[in-house]
Amino acid sequence: MRWLSLVVAGLLFGAGIAISGMINPAKVFNFFDVAGSWDPSLAFVMAGGVLTALVGYRLIFKSRAEPLFDTRFHLPERTKINFALVAGSALFGIGWGLAGFCPGGAIPALGLGQPQAFVFVAAMLVGLGGAKWLGGKPG
Amino acid sequence: MTEFTPLMSLLGGVLIGLSAVVLMFAQGRIAGITGLVAGLLPPVVADWGWRLVFLVCAAVAPLILAVFKFVPDFEVPANTAQLVAGGLLVGVGVYFGNGCPSGHGICGLSRFSMRSVVAVLTFMATAGITVFVTRHVLGAG
Repeated sequence: MRWLSLVVAGLLFGAGIAISGMINPAKVFNFFDVAGSWDPSLAFVMAGGVLTALVGYRLIFKSRAEPLFDTRFHLPERTKINFALVAGSALFGIGWGLAGFCPGGAIPALGLGQPQAFVFVAAMLVGLGGAKWLGGKPG
Repeated sequence: MTEFTPLMSLLGGVLIGLSAVVLMFAQGRIAGITGLVAGLLPPVVADWGWRLVFLVCAAVAPLILAVFKFVPDFEVPANTAQLVAGGLLVGVGVYFGNGCPSGHGICGLSRFSMRSVVAVLTFMATAGITVFVTRHVLGAG
């Protein structure tokens, strides 16, 4: 049952990315291209995702002291806004704006079998792996 | 041009949100792709199995949708240099920024995390500036 829940969660994520249009770099570019061919669709992805998670998380945290298959909820504990958070997010945004892929968009895009997604993911793994290897703990 | 798709995008967003809810309910974990992928890179974390299953299933989902005759629009108006440079920046950035649109955007904002609010505002701003510069200043794509 534990593994089934993971399969369901992974499939829901990939299907959501594909159906919403987050999988499509052209749509990502147009979402940010307010001065040109603006396509506001991706705001609806965020709205649907945030509202669903907001309601779902509340129900879970209200009704349960622990998750089904673990002894505790693993929630981020850091609250400090520091340089690494801002600088890292700024770099990520530049990369997102250059390539049109974010991590959650690119992983499901691998399933479409198009070479661009593989090129992007390979470079992303080098960047992420290199930062983890050299950079120590994230901010 | 891409078509404005408010209903499909909203539906897709709800599915992404449900994925986050299932993962929290079952595993007690945040559905952030950055954290999932980072755990699989060396030094690999002890609990790598569930991360790999989630990511593989996320990548398999479009194949299953294709069986039901749903193939999403997919166009990459970026050259190889943009993909490689973008990929490297995304990898380094999400590691130090501790998350991407799934973790900070969906999971973080829905938990009213101030760190996530700052991260989302920052990466939305720099992505917007980058697209403006490449499209309207440098005239690419």
